[in-house]
Amino acid sequence: MAKIVVDVMLKPEILDPQGSAVSAALPRLGFTFAKSVRQGKRFEIEVDGDPTPAQLAEVEKAAKTLLANPVIETFKVSVEK
Amino acid sequence: MKVGVVTFPGTLDDRDAARAANHAGTTAVSLWHGDADLKGVDAVILPGGFSYGDYLRCGAISRFAPVMEKVIAAAKGGMPLLGICNGFQVLCEAHLLPGALTRNHELHFLCRDQKIEITNNQSAWTSSYEVGQEIIIPLKNGEGSFQCDDATLAALESEGRIIARYVGENPNGSRNKIAGITNERGNIVGLMPHPEHAIDTLTGPTADGLGFFTSVLNAMVK
Repeated sequence: MAKIVVDVMLKPEILDPQGSAVSAALPRLGFTFAKSVRQGKRFEIEVDGDPTPAQLAEVEKAAKTLLANPVIETFKVSVEK
Repeated sequence: MKVGVVTFPGTLDDRDAARAANHAGTTAVSLWHGDADLKGVDAVILPGGFSYGDYLRCGAISRFAPVMEKVIAAAKGGMPLLGICNGFQVLCEAHLLPGALTRNHELHFLCRDQKIEITNNQSAWTSSYEVGQEIIIPLKNGEGSFQCDDATLAALESEGRIIARYVGENPNGSRNKIAGITNERGNIVGLMPHPEHAIDTLTGPTADGLGFFTSVLNAMVK
């Protein structure tokens, strides 16, 4: 079943202490690939059948109102099969 | 003079906020998050705690509680409104105040007596203080780092809307050591530390916090 996915990330200029903590923990475990790490949130939304454009528009609105805080975060709505 | 104190599911400090309001000579009235009714109060306090378990973002769900519709409308009309800690987060989520409160920069939950400097005594909640006065009240939060964009910060600074700053080391990474701010009109104040826990020396580290609650009495008498 297809689902609607909303990915929320802190804006680049907003301090992300959680991402920094993960970034600092990686090399301690021998993982040296990361230049930096930012941590976000992911919402998976199930709807009946395939998402319609109207549903996607509603999700977009909900993301702006509730799921993300546009003052500090950006979001991206997508569909995953 | 009636001061409403809102209780959301997960609010912790409503009792202390009500006690502080009564101690200051106003009459505290309990307001329930699910009732779109302000019971004729003259001012409202959104107290600290973990409303809705801080799920999603602190204050993000409480901001849509039925009582908030009335609180927001009244505050836009000039009613004094104080958000403490979680209440400050609710005010930012409701866009009554600019910016947002994010995770403390060192990720630790803080709980300590904190010195702050009052930097604006023109708001409805700070008129009992002198500008430059240093007070000690408890600070206890996990997400108390005030963040906003550069333009907002510049506006807050130039308009004198920062009502209090942390003294000494920045405890949580707040921009420009901001502990509290107000809106253009001065009736809405958000404050991260807790004045309601410092209204007498029997229960608090000092009685320094009482001034927030006597200030609003003066504001309402005016």
